[in-house]
Amino acid sequence: MAQHGRSAAPASPCLAMDSDGDLQYDEDSADDDMVYDNDSGNESSGDEVDFDEHRPGPSTAHEVELAAEDAPFQVLSVQEIVDFMVVEINEVNEVAQLPRTTIRILLNHFNWDKEKLLERLYDTDQEQLFLEAHVVSPHITGTASQAPRVNSRVGAVPTEECEICLTVRPSAEMSGLACGHRFCAACWCEYLTTKVMDDGVGQTISCAAHGCDILVDDETVLRLVSEPRVLARYQHLITNSFVECNRYLCWCPTPDCGYALKVPNPDCRPVTCKCGHKFCFACREAWHDPVRCHLIKRWLKKCDDDSETFNWISANTKECPKCSVTIEKDGGCNHMVCKNQSCRADFCWVCLGSWEPHGSSWYSCNRYDEDEARAARDAQEKSRAVLNRYLFYCNRYMNHMQSLKFENKLYASVKEKMEEMQQHNMSWIEVQFLKKAVDILCSCRVTLMYTYVFAYYLRKNNQSAIFEVREPEGPGAMHLRCSQSIWSGTSLRRTWSTSNRKVQDKYRYCEGRRKALLEHVHEGYERDWWVYND
Amino acid sequence: MRRLQKELLNLTTDPPPGVTVDPEEIGDNLSEWTVSVAGPASSLYEGETFRLNFRFSQKYPFDSPEVVFMRPNIPVHPHIYSNGHICLSILTDDWSPALSVASVCLSITSMLSSCKDKKRPPDDAFYVKTCNKNPKKTRWWYHDDTV
Repeated sequence: MAQHGRSAAPASPCLAMDSDGDLQYDEDSADDDMVYDNDSGNESSGDEVDFDEHRPGPSTAHEVELAAEDAPFQVLSVQEIVDFMVVEINEVNEVAQLPRTTIRILLNHFNWDKEKLLERLYDTDQEQLFLEAHVVSPHITGTASQAPRVNSRVGAVPTEECEICLTVRPSAEMSGLACGHRFCAACWCEYLTTKVMDDGVGQTISCAAHGCDILVDDETVLRLVSEPRVLARYQHLITNSFVECNRYLCWCPTPDCGYALKVPNPDCRPVTCKCGHKFCFACREAWHDPVRCHLIKRWLKKCDDDSETFNWISANTKECPKCSVTIEKDGGCNHMVCKNQSCRADFCWVCLGSWEPHGSSWYSCNRYDEDEARAARDAQEKSRAVLNRYLFYCNRYMNHMQSLKFENKLYASVKEKMEEMQQHNMSWIEVQFLKKAVDILCSCRVTLMYTYVFAYYLRKNNQSAIFEVREPEGPGAMHLRCSQSIWSGTSLRRTWSTSNRKVQDKYRYCEGRRKALLEHVHEGYERDWWVYND
Repeated sequence: MRRLQKELLNLTTDPPPGVTVDPEEIGDNLSEWTVSVAGPASSLYEGETFRLNFRFSQKYPFDSPEVVFMRPNIPVHPHIYSNGHICLSILTDDWSPALSVASVCLSITSMLSSCKDKKRPPDDAFYVKTCNKNPKKTRWWYHDDTV
């Protein structure tokens, strides 16, 4: 079994410490493992032995893959993202000894890949690198390539003309980047505000001078812009580009959720945001184990495009028995004459047999079992098999998705039960098993939902046959049992402790089956069992 | 507005070669100008005079001006459409607040002088039929720096 206590994965990854110092529990918490080992003498352990026979050995790669689910990840707030950015900059700074602002621009140029930047810094022509990243080389002192036209009569305050507003200002009010183009503070502020607010540019604002591509660093922006609204947007643009460029970070895809997730390896793996959304780090879709990312993308697109249309076609049309054109009948008698000019078949809408023997029985068909009619319907069936196959999987998938939405109700009623039980002298900790049971119920449902997608794309071979046979007795049954056990458990009030035990046995069994199923699929990935349709 | 006043003053007192502006033609709020540009000497456009229409938004010079050639005389040029729209990067993507009416006129003059073959852009007919009235709304695709 894929129990953590026994698998090759270390026990610690179940706990991830986020930067607040909060402990974050992944869905498989440690106590779970202990109870597994205590399991004995009930049906679930019997099945486990059965599954054990299929297992090749304790430390195969697919187990590692499963264990990757529990590998640590962090949920970062916006402030923590900024802190992380500073840490990255400092790390490079320790080695490179360049101004921080320059390092930030360089890192951004390399999509925040520190190794790549450092490699380039020491491998090749540094000046070329600065040129590419649009920064003035910090090694050239007195860089002002364009000497400010300072108007300094003796005794007078030195003044310069700002090229943007065309007014003459005291030199103290003028400033610029290392490229030497100087403008007055008011024009700079207006320029940066326009770039940030109207153009939505943050990390890549260039100098205001025409043809100068030197980038404005963050300190300059913070110095020249004072309006909080603009600064907030600038901060947002900077963090956004940081998260989006960085392979190890991604935003939680939930609308209006401001958290980002950070992983040690940017692979296909589940992450759970603080908002509760569990999704795949690689493709950002809801976590879809055991289906691979490319298939879930295809499936979701197919469902968006097709399912409703196909459902309608399936429910409302038949095909002409002769030319197979799709026909919708919107009234009239059963006598159909195909409108297809080259076909013109006469047939009966009910039995699909030719119309001739029906004679004048326009509205009732007594020939349903005649050979000819049956053959016509068989042919129709074949042409619909593809459609039906899709609808079979799609409807099951959709049903589970719909049910998941209703699971909220179950949570509510279970919460009620738990409160009731606490009034019957049970401690808070003792009633948690019920919530756990619903959690498992939901995760079983999700897994089950995705197995339909997996099965839909699977091409028939020996392994897929084994999968299809195992699957229905796996999650399908486990789901049923799990929900039954919760209800039987909650209704037996007088025997709390025994029902408690029963519910726990059930959900452990279900969870075991779920894991076995996932393991089976992952093992198949390892051993190239699965072949996909087209 | 101060900046536009100054630009107008500079353009009338010290205009770049071939560029003339009649302050009488410009309204009081300075938001729309008409500038005359002479076809540069020893170019295919020598002897011709063109009129450019400049519209400035409230955000000028941080926002680029809208610049088009005015009928009836629109130069036949591979980067100028028959409705007067000009494909010139400094008018949109490469605009900088340090640029001015004078520098835009200069860029256009140099664009005219480097032309070797008087013809319309290849997609002229389609573009003129489908484009927005404001050339800044067009996503220009700058690819040819030689002309």
